[in-house]
Amino acid sequence: MPEHEILLKARGLKKNYARGGRERAVGGARFAAVDLVDLDVPAGETLAIVGESGCGKTTLARMLLRLIEPDAGEIIFAGRDLLNLSASELRTARREMQMIFQDPFASLNPRMRVGEIVAEPLAIHEPERTRDERDEKAASMLTRVGLEAGAAYRYPHEFSGGQRQRIGIARALMLRPKLIVADEPVSALDVSVGAQVLWLLRDLQRAFGLTYVFISHSLPVVAQIATRIAVMRAGKLIESGQAEQILRRPAQQYTKDLLAAVPELTAH
Amino acid sequence: MESMRKLLDIQALTVELPTARGWVRPVNEVSLRIGVGQCLGLVGESGSGKTMLSLALLGLLPAGARVKGQASLATVSERELTGLSEAEWRSVRGREIAMIFQEPMTSLNPVMRVGNQIEEAIRAHEPDLKNDAVEERKLAALRQAAMSEPERRAEQYPHQLSGGLRQRAMIAMALATKPKLLIADEPTTALDVTVQKEILQLLQKLQRELGLGLLFITHDLGVVAQVADRLAVLYAGRVVEEGPASEVLGAPRHPYTQGLLAATPRLEPGSLTPIPGSVPQLMALPPGCAFEPRCSLRRSDCSTAVPDLRVASTEHTARCVLV
Repeated sequence: MPEHEILLKARGLKKNYARGGRERAVGGARFAAVDLVDLDVPAGETLAIVGESGCGKTTLARMLLRLIEPDAGEIIFAGRDLLNLSASELRTARREMQMIFQDPFASLNPRMRVGEIVAEPLAIHEPERTRDERDEKAASMLTRVGLEAGAAYRYPHEFSGGQRQRIGIARALMLRPKLIVADEPVSALDVSVGAQVLWLLRDLQRAFGLTYVFISHSLPVVAQIATRIAVMRAGKLIESGQAEQILRRPAQQYTKDLLAAVPELTAH
Repeated sequence: MESMRKLLDIQALTVELPTARGWVRPVNEVSLRIGVGQCLGLVGESGSGKTMLSLALLGLLPAGARVKGQASLATVSERELTGLSEAEWRSVRGREIAMIFQEPMTSLNPVMRVGNQIEEAIRAHEPDLKNDAVEERKLAALRQAAMSEPERRAEQYPHQLSGGLRQRAMIAMALATKPKLLIADEPTTALDVTVQKEILQLLQKLQRELGLGLLFITHDLGVVAQVADRLAVLYAGRVVEEGPASEVLGAPRHPYTQGLLAATPRLEPGSLTPIPGSVPQLMALPPGCAFEPRCSLRRSDCSTAVPDLRVASTEHTARCVLV
């Protein structure tokens, strides 16, 4: 796919949830977790979706992979209408889009060895490969993300948060996806560990020609990796554009407030 | 420092824990001081010993832990914080020294109204206080924590409050017993950045108004810059740098502090440089300086012995041979 082509295009995405409790009885009041969002993600670039808790960014991220079904809207991924694919077509499309999760402790099966975890996508999508081939590819990917090959024989609990995040990244890369949706990948990590993971993600993007959708509540983190930024609040897209424009010349007051709230690294 | 009244004085405090492979020292000869109305920021990542240090100050170390060194709290008189019995700890913990945590949702009782939890804290330490006095204290604590509509909030359960309000409820609970020292362990890490700013401003205000000593523990330099008068940086259980916050942030002398600053994301793109390698395991510390394997400035004498804290300037020390 040539550069500057839009790999992922979303229009009018909407996701409603019913309010719980008493309000449900009164005509089923609803709220829009994601309210008419449009996105364009150019191939090879990183779109960051930034917002505070409850803004809908995680719901939006999951809709892009069709892990949550949108109530309205369309998603065109690599030229295909994602919401109108058959089950087997969707299964094929899913190979090209993968997710990295926030919690390095919850996203790895604690009862599987790391090598099996990383090789699992191959076991599911490329069953024709032999066990040895899978193990070899998994070991190779583990070294690529900065872990030693011997890590394949150990269990997740033997690793630190940053190392587990690397394992999750290795797993996501096994099928050579085009798109990776990263949901707060460094939020649960210490500062210096998060910095290593950000560098790794940038390095892998160049090496594998990846496109990222990067979800975060942190503008400073996003500033290190995003080419485009979209700001969300209460389900709506407040503002979006080139990263530099959003960071230096924000148009909306909410964006300005978010930028102003970022602590400076100088003593008060 | 001489003119500032001392509140907390920690001298060569060491915590030893037994493991299958021998004793480890998550806190290793740590000396720190906090003055009345002063905030000391304790900066450290996972494995630095910051949490173990705060547990030592509250008598909450795991069974089998050994404590060496001294820590004293200035209350009406000097009060030793080592070698206390459980009964003695109970009069310190929550009373002289209070703590607030990162996740208010897990530290607040989910099945008790917020107001009742604050009352519980008051009554536990002052059982003779009459009901209306307790009520007054409770509301005063909520107002001090800048909780809007304190009477209404007191009747709510934690799950009905936002993250920021829950943290204010925790602060109110911590203040209700009028402690001298507040330990805050990553209190804003789980909060949105706009709420974080409010909570940090609240803590600063409380410090000024109540003359409260604050030990603010975090791995985030940006956050601690907002509240700390002085900073101490922990690495592998030892203090590696200590000094006025403006100096430690503006002109850090220890390569780890410099590395942390460079690794902290800022709004400026391309400003991030990670520290190579990872934090050492306490059971397998290098023979000399614990940071040496990761240090770009290392010399041959770095691995021979653990450096002393050397004077970088008045009141600013760093544990590095380059100082």
